[in-house]
Amino acid sequence: MQDGVSIDIRDYSLWYGKFQALLSVSTQIKQGIITAMIGPSGCGKTTLLRSFNRINERYGNVSTSGLITILGKNILDEDVSVASLRKRVGMVFQRPNPLPISIYENIVFGIKSHTPSRERKRADLDAAVESALREVSLWDAVKDCLDDRATELTLEQQQKLCIARLLPLKPDIILMDEPCSALDASGIERIEELITELKRTFTIVMVTHNMAQARRASDECIFMLMGEIIEHTRTLDMFMNPQHEKTAMYIEGRYG
Amino acid sequence: MPDSNPFSPSPYELNKESRATLAEWTTFSISVALLIPVALILTMIAIKAAPAISWPYLTGDVSRSGAAGGIWGPLMGTFYLTMLCLVIVAPIGVLAGIYINEYAPDNKFTRSIMVAVTSLAGVPSIVHALFGLGAFVATMGMPKGLLTAAMTLSVMTLPVIITSTREALSGVPKNFREACWNLGASRWQTIRTIVLPNSFGGILTGVILVIARAAGETAPIMFMGAVMWLRIAPSGPERLMPYGLNDEFMALSNHLNLISKDIPGMPEEMKFGSALVLLTLILFINGIASLVRLHLRRRKRW
Repeated sequence: MQDGVSIDIRDYSLWYGKFQALLSVSTQIKQGIITAMIGPSGCGKTTLLRSFNRINERYGNVSTSGLITILGKNILDEDVSVASLRKRVGMVFQRPNPLPISIYENIVFGIKSHTPSRERKRADLDAAVESALREVSLWDAVKDCLDDRATELTLEQQQKLCIARLLPLKPDIILMDEPCSALDASGIERIEELITELKRTFTIVMVTHNMAQARRASDECIFMLMGEIIEHTRTLDMFMNPQHEKTAMYIEGRYG
Repeated sequence: MPDSNPFSPSPYELNKESRATLAEWTTFSISVALLIPVALILTMIAIKAAPAISWPYLTGDVSRSGAAGGIWGPLMGTFYLTMLCLVIVAPIGVLAGIYINEYAPDNKFTRSIMVAVTSLAGVPSIVHALFGLGAFVATMGMPKGLLTAAMTLSVMTLPVIITSTREALSGVPKNFREACWNLGASRWQTIRTIVLPNSFGGILTGVILVIARAAGETAPIMFMGAVMWLRIAPSGPERLMPYGLNDEFMALSNHLNLISKDIPGMPEEMKFGSALVLLTLILFINGIASLVRLHLRRRKRW
């Protein structure tokens, strides 16, 4: 695999029962940048995103073919532990979904799932919580109420917390499924700033319905339609000079 | 390349996995274990009842105090008793459930209604029997018979219907109601056109289950006119409708109770025979409830 490629997708197909949602898609997602996935509803972008940490599998009737290579390993192989995979590839969901426990416990939840209790030290956990919350600039707001229930935070804070709780696991890739759609304008702005901060450390793949957001916040852009990747180029190129007529029509808002 | 599989499970993960498997097997085996007593009881009753079950047994009159079989009278009694109970309790319970879920403001009065409903559900059935006797017979001067027995059963089953109706109604998402109100619909119009049709399955299931329970109850009816033996017309329409509203009656549960403990020398297969018929009746009613639920769940899309 080439250097600088984070996710290598080869002839990947996915079926929900008999319905084929992804038709043999292939592309390479680069490391350390933000890649946006755009396309009309039902085009398969969320399905593809969710394939990157195999969270689709919980829904019984999913079958796949092809290769998705991350860190030099096909993640669809039998000997891949999904828990280890999801440690390296974290997901932020559309609606903020902090667990109904304290802010502190939300952040250490991932650590607790991956380390046995005798190897966990209170000081390490405290440090992990502080550094994760600092990284999403939530520390100052919540440092005095770490024991409050996370579900009492504002939506924007909840979404930041959902990002923060991935960080102690030191992921390589963060997947985001329309992370801003539940937020207001200022919330969106701050989450986008945060995402831009994070790309120094992580590869970020983000599904969005918002053309302006894809344009503002991403480096590369994947346009999908009917289960296929139509175009994958630098975001600027896609918006200035789309190669396909369908891409042009979509980003101009003529359908979607 | 340092490690050919960066996603190999850590030792801790493997350890967790074995605990997860253990948890899955424990919950699975307990669920399966639940089936064992049910299967045993059913098989045992079926085997012991087999010699007795026949067409004449089902349609014949109770003879020699049940020792010679015949359960037509009790069977009809249980049928009319539960139908009557259904007619009385379903409208009252469903309407009360609608009020509590759709109209009632969240205040002390409503909460006290709910406390009353919950407490009513906890009252033992024998106490309901005494209540029925005191209220309907002693105070209101009604005769002991089919109607007062059905009324007693209705009081007993009311809280269950109210609760299940409420649950079914609250399962209809609030935004459907808001959409209705937004288009100028009255509350009643909203309930009639959107809320009720979409919670009908849940309400119906609750009603049917309650009927199954009423069919099996003995205590509430034994003071209210359920008797061991009555003469039943040998033929004609009265064979199918043997009891008037105010008449004493026979019922399967009471019949089973009496032949099992009060009649010496009762053949085993007669006891198990009436137990099997009662059980089949109740399972049949429950089965209808499950089918209704299954059908409506498949239709539901939101």
